[in-house]
Amino acid sequence: MARTVIPFGPQHPVLPEPIHLKLELEDEKVVGVMPIIGYVYRGIEKAAELNTFRQNTNLVDRICGICSFIHCQTYCQGVEALMGVEVPPRTRFLRTFWAELSRTHSHLLWLGLLADALGFESVFMQIWRAREIVQDLSEMTTGHRVIQASNVVGGVRRNIDKEMAQEVHKRIVALKEMIDNSAAPALLHDATIKRRAVGKGVLSKEQAELLGAVGPTARGSGVAIDVRQTGYAAYKEVGFEPIVETAGDSYARTLVRVKELYRSLAMMQEALALMPEGEILVRVDGYPQGETVSRCEQPRGEVFYYLRGNGTDHLERLKIRTPTFANIPALLAILPGCEMADVPVITLSIDPCVGCSER
Amino acid sequence: MRMLPTIVKNLFSRPATRRYPFKDIREPFPGYRGKIYLDPNKCDLCGDCARVCPANALEISLENRQWKYDPFKCIYCGTCVETCPPQALSQDKYYTKPAAAKEAETISVPV
Repeated sequence: MARTVIPFGPQHPVLPEPIHLKLELEDEKVVGVMPIIGYVYRGIEKAAELNTFRQNTNLVDRICGICSFIHCQTYCQGVEALMGVEVPPRTRFLRTFWAELSRTHSHLLWLGLLADALGFESVFMQIWRAREIVQDLSEMTTGHRVIQASNVVGGVRRNIDKEMAQEVHKRIVALKEMIDNSAAPALLHDATIKRRAVGKGVLSKEQAELLGAVGPTARGSGVAIDVRQTGYAAYKEVGFEPIVETAGDSYARTLVRVKELYRSLAMMQEALALMPEGEILVRVDGYPQGETVSRCEQPRGEVFYYLRGNGTDHLERLKIRTPTFANIPALLAILPGCEMADVPVITLSIDPCVGCSER
Repeated sequence: MRMLPTIVKNLFSRPATRRYPFKDIREPFPGYRGKIYLDPNKCDLCGDCARVCPANALEISLENRQWKYDPFKCIYCGTCVETCPPQALSQDKYYTKPAAAKEAETISVPV
């Protein structure tokens, strides 16, 4: 049978970001796929060499609009390791709180996009309505709704006092109730969603390990890999355990994210409750020297930073590998064999963040 | 079907969105990072704010004794406010209003 090549993206209704997939079709069945990226390259790694290492915190914040806090956290942890700075305990808890807030934000956004891709507009609206609470929490605690700009080398810039912590707690309870009542039952039990996602885009455990998948994509296939297990920031204290599903299909990846959403909310409350009193910022003198790597768990998986300093105000090299970049090989493995109509949902199921991966 | 109670509820409730710009948005939370203001009487033109600014939104002219601020370049991180040695800078909780042209503000600093 003759093969047809159909372009998917870079402009496509289900994709907010530009990734271009050349789909090779036999009738309605996908038999080959070729990705083309590079539509939103911004040269951030080079810019990071031109800026001072303190200004870079604001630059790496802007790599991604959704997980900006965790990017900055990874960068700051790397620079702190280079300079031998130990952050105060309270800072570690505050960083955990905001990192989990980012994860909640990202997962809610993604669940909304999934509902939108399935044509389930009312669930989409309800989830994004719940997301508004997360953004309010961000505005209340950091001063910004999206790019929080609260990390600096040596600590964090904002504190959460007792009064604010109570208000945060109230809003988290309201958010949980909102998800419980509207979005979660629809996502977990709706027959239409199951029909579009169960058994679609199956990634086996062996494939996930072989292709180096990270984050919910790997965990949905039964690979219990999560950087938070290493216990950076305050993850040891808040009691973290990775959430794993074994089916490996689009639905398993959705389930991982829904469960992580609840886990994140619980960890945020835990972090606020266990937070010790004390300083939030230490003075950092001198310049970074030597090289190091820094890893954190983003909503989409592991983010990896390589930093090299030469004892001046500027870094010699900053290399960033984002989770989407690691998940694209997995996407290419799961697409062949599926129907053309399933491509949007399967592509979305790895949660591609193209702006992140191209930097 | 599981969305039905929510949909019925939403049918009889007010819209969740606001009719901006016809109606004002809600008040920002205290501590929201908005526009930067300079108190020219306190400023000593040291230029620390311009040096730390990650977006190069600030410029200091020593000859003309001027402080130049571009609110459309500014990323509202507030680093300059935290850095300013004589504490001449302050941050409002309101965002810059939309404008027809991107214009920088210039403030003269008295001797």
